[in-house]
Amino acid sequence: MTPLAIAGAIVAVLVVGLLIWLLLRRRDLGSEADRATFATLHTASLAAPALREGLTTEAATSAARHLRALLGSRGVALTDTERVLAAEGPGSELLEMANVASVLETGRSVVAASLRDDGAGSWFVVAPLVVDGRVVGTLVAVTDDRTAVLARATTEVARWVSSQVELAELDASRARVAEAEVRALRAQISPHFIYNALTAIASYVRTDPEHARELLLEFADFTRYSFRRHGDFTTLAEELRSIDRYLTLERARFGDRLQVTVRVAPEVLPVAVPYLCLQPLVENAVRHGLEGRAGPGRITILAEDAGADCTISVEDDGIGADPEQIRRALVGEGDSDSIGVGNVDERLRQVFGDEYGLVVETGPGLGTKVSMRVPKFSPGVHA
Amino acid sequence: MTSSWWPVAAVVAVVAATVVIGTFGVRVSRTTSDFLVASRSVSPLLNASAIGGEYLSAASFLGIAGLVLSYGVDMLWFPVGYTVGYLVLLVLVAAPLRRSGAYTLPDFAEMRLGSLRLRRVSSVIVVLIGWLYLLPQLQGAGITLHALTGAPQWVGALVVAVVVGVTVAAGGMRSITVVQAFQYWLKLVAIALPAALLVAAWFHRGSPAFAVGDWGTPLSGFGGREYPLYSTYSIVLATFLGTMGLPHVLVRFYTNPDGRAARRTTLSVLVLLSVFYLFPPVFGALGRVYTPELAGTSAADTVVLVLPGRVFGGWLGEALSALVAAGAFAAFLSTASGLSVSVAGVLSQDVLTHDRRLGDGVRRFRIATTIAIAVPFVLALGAARADLAETVTLAFAVAASTFCPLLVLGIWWPRLTVRGATAALLVGGTSALAAVALVLTLGPFHGFVGALLEQPAAWTVPLAFGTAVIVSLRTHDRVPRTTPAAMVRLHTPEELEASR
Repeated sequence: MTPLAIAGAIVAVLVVGLLIWLLLRRRDLGSEADRATFATLHTASLAAPALREGLTTEAATSAARHLRALLGSRGVALTDTERVLAAEGPGSELLEMANVASVLETGRSVVAASLRDDGAGSWFVVAPLVVDGRVVGTLVAVTDDRTAVLARATTEVARWVSSQVELAELDASRARVAEAEVRALRAQISPHFIYNALTAIASYVRTDPEHARELLLEFADFTRYSFRRHGDFTTLAEELRSIDRYLTLERARFGDRLQVTVRVAPEVLPVAVPYLCLQPLVENAVRHGLEGRAGPGRITILAEDAGADCTISVEDDGIGADPEQIRRALVGEGDSDSIGVGNVDERLRQVFGDEYGLVVETGPGLGTKVSMRVPKFSPGVHA
Repeated sequence: MTSSWWPVAAVVAVVAATVVIGTFGVRVSRTTSDFLVASRSVSPLLNASAIGGEYLSAASFLGIAGLVLSYGVDMLWFPVGYTVGYLVLLVLVAAPLRRSGAYTLPDFAEMRLGSLRLRRVSSVIVVLIGWLYLLPQLQGAGITLHALTGAPQWVGALVVAVVVGVTVAAGGMRSITVVQAFQYWLKLVAIALPAALLVAAWFHRGSPAFAVGDWGTPLSGFGGREYPLYSTYSIVLATFLGTMGLPHVLVRFYTNPDGRAARRTTLSVLVLLSVFYLFPPVFGALGRVYTPELAGTSAADTVVLVLPGRVFGGWLGEALSALVAAGAFAAFLSTASGLSVSVAGVLSQDVLTHDRRLGDGVRRFRIATTIAIAVPFVLALGAARADLAETVTLAFAVAASTFCPLLVLGIWWPRLTVRGATAALLVGGTSALAAVALVLTLGPFHGFVGALLEQPAAWTVPLAFGTAVIVSLRTHDRVPRTTPAAMVRLHTPEELEASR
């Protein structure tokens, strides 16, 4: 064994140690009381993600375990207004909706309505879950004997659960808004484009009926894709195919004035992207690239492989825009003209995180380049 | 040893081509009329060539011939195993894995079991396997350049480390599929042509016998190998089951548009690898005749490089040596860049993510690339020199003891739990890596314990599978809620999904 070999071994051990440390490092943990607080907060944070899904059987089941740890009671149960969603721990399976009926009815904050079950000697401490002044369910702690401490704890935990459920409703309504925006986006693409495309097709009907027929079929396929009702995601290949149809129709209208360069790395075609995330960008590029000029305009669409991500950009060499105006459009203050870009930006951030927003490079007279990064894999995202 | 400039020129040409193509990419612009051509997905054959190009490493190009030369026909299990690994992949994993949408192994872990902790453990193991696999590539470059020019061993390692680090960090290897596919065909020509000419020359000289003594007898322990039966089983297990867990293999599968294409690609890979692996053993066998002094020495790995010059001499010998050297460097560069991309991807995604000081994604990826290639470089300077193919097989053993249980059980066993999978990764990974670390630092070992350490797969793989099953059954109440949905996604053919 050479000295070099020993050095190699030491380096290897150090590197592995460093890696493990990077992954698992924990800071100095403070006093006993601090640690108890941390433990409580940690348990709460474990229950929070499930509760943020709302009051469903699945969410309640996975939250109940952590709530039981949080309360330190023998068992825990969660109900909505109609049935028991989850029952965790011994004794909790005896809970019936009759036990919580009074709490659901009165809706008053602290009713520690403890009811004896048949012979087992358990008590149920029932606290209401209140969202927007409505009782939406109850949190039940199962215990051997009545204690004021547990009643107080149950009430507090119930209040915290209520706030999480409230956030869940907020999430749901935010998702509804986003969905409505996508729907609005679909509706928004259509009118002027449909009009222009049909006019362009009409102009070929007599002179070149075969071409007109092809264009009509392209148009049919394009609308079917744009108006499809299911799925939030699609593959980049699908999205590009739709853009190809769109550009075919636009070229029927603009002829040689519209020049398009496309370069796509085949490696990124299977990447899952939000449905209709490129369409508005290409549409804007066509509009801005050809607006206010007689000569031809060029649009460049690039999709490249970048490690664990894929980068996509749409560029035109047109009139450009004031960066300030684009910034306003991205935060949703702009005119309706740019709602498409803002919507794409928001959906990208919502799905992949803030790191993945749109990047717009532009200036008056300098053309516009809009680019995005999309991770090749993101949990829950698939076409 | 040749002192001619031909092989050096060939190596420089391959390195320059890799840098240029890797940095600037193949810039072919398409007009709209070619749109569908531009956006057509990679064909299974092209993708299979790329997988072959990335997969055929220093171990395949140089290592197998050296082992066959030194230890006889038992070593043919290495090329067989490297190929059969894809058969196992085809049957058990290929299509479901593609349908999972995972780009890296940690992605698969997260998709299937939904646990961030499991994802982190997977990330660490991916990085360690990647480093272990990069190590022999750099060592191979060192001995190749040493054999060709007499330069110190670290020079070749440094050349490959720098070239790969710079190209990967600069452009992330643009148009990588085409580059890697080209590397496969380059490697095939670089080994097949000299092999054919060598066999012809051997016939011409009256076909002198090469199978002297126990060389041609299976399980004879030729060359002083102890416990040949155990070692063979261990090699078989490691290579058959390890291929699916190699980080750079999975990344290439992502390029397939769907599960069916993934299966067709794997089938093509099997054919391409079978063709390639016909040739390295030829060098090993003929080495018995023409370069017997290399057998059993640490220079056995250079037999592929030395043989053409020894047999032919003159300009033909030099031209063939140059061709083989070019092929060898293609092997180091393609495998090393594929591995660096995978390791850097995992490092930048899972390890360096939360450090804001490291800046945006691009900068983080560059830092990750530097770490990904610098660590194995340092290790290559320090580690004991084992045979190239043996070192690579250690990486296979680690992969087989960690990701094979995760993938196979994850795809085919709905009762796998997060704890079961994590325990399997930790137990299998720790035991295999401990054996590897001992071998690379303190080896070689002797006796039965030595055999257990040098070829750990035969005990670590069953250990990992057993751990996964037992822990999962003991935590059967913790089967993730998402399991049915994940299983449906893994096993539903895409055509059905489209009409759903």
